[in-house]
Amino acid sequence: MDEHTHEHGHCRDLLGSLSDYVDGTLGELLCAELEEHLRGCSNCRVVVDTLRKTVELYHMEAEKEALPPTVRERLFSKLDLEDYLKSG
Amino acid sequence: MNDRLNFDIAALKAGDRSEFARLVEETSPKIYRLLLKMLGDEADAEDALQDAYLKALRSLPNFEERSSLSTWLYRIAVNEALMQIRKRKPQVALGEDNGDDSEDVPAPVELADFCCLPESELMSGEGKQQLNRAVQTLSPPLRAVFLLRDVEDLSVRETADALGVSEQVVKTRLLRARLKLRDELSAYWSERVAAQKVEGE
Ligand SMILES: [Zn+2]
Repeated sequence: MDEHTHEHGHCRDLLGSLSDYVDGTLGELLCAELEEHLRGCSNCRVVVDTLRKTVELYHMEAEKEALPPTVRERLFSKLDLEDYLKSG
Repeated sequence: MNDRLNFDIAALKAGDRSEFARLVEETSPKIYRLLLKMLGDEADAEDALQDAYLKALRSLPNFEERSSLSTWLYRIAVNEALMQIRKRKPQVALGEDNGDDSEDVPAPVELADFCCLPESELMSGEGKQQLNRAVQTLSPPLRAVFLLRDVEDLSVRETADALGVSEQVVKTRLLRARLKLRDELSAYWSERVAAQKVEGE
């Protein structure tokens, strides 16, 4: 089996496709080429898996956060909107 | 807030106070969150939040419906954040990845496979702290692209609109940002991954 490293060769070439790959927007040909490479390269498999996980974790963390009440009050007062400051 | 934004634009442009109050009410939580992650500091984020809506209020009469209202608000907010960063740390804001939008992306360094760690650990208080810390290691231009695209869930097109750059630049910066965050998280979790492997043997 080929010896792949992240400094040289194919791994490096495929780096540019990884973002589209985890988004599922990579073209069919490049996708097939990348998946073929992934079968033989455990380093790239780890990079793809952890890249996907990274994006996923940030998505999960972005759950709806409320504006802190004091921040909201000061914003409304700065904008002269106190009249519209219903209890949040 | 992309497609769910439904405001009376004519009323907003005419200076309707109650419609503007509704806009602030519905959009400010997301804008604040973006600013907080952009600036990494609550006081700075609040300053930028107020300045962004003051600016929006002033510019509403000139709002041209070439982009959506939400993209327009994001653009104002990001500009406010970038201005704050330039004010606080002039030496950091310039240079540093700015304009480095070549396709030549740095290769991944860390190879700890943290996918195997339990979600409860990755998303613990400490885990979330690491997510926020890692975002702060990105240069401001990369941070802006990452937050709009992956946290606020804007499309590539909308992100490009909000930042006034091409879609290709968005894609290149997004790839760089994601790889950098991946490296940061992988480095942070590497000891835990190694420990878990030993436990499993
Ligand atoms: Zn490889």
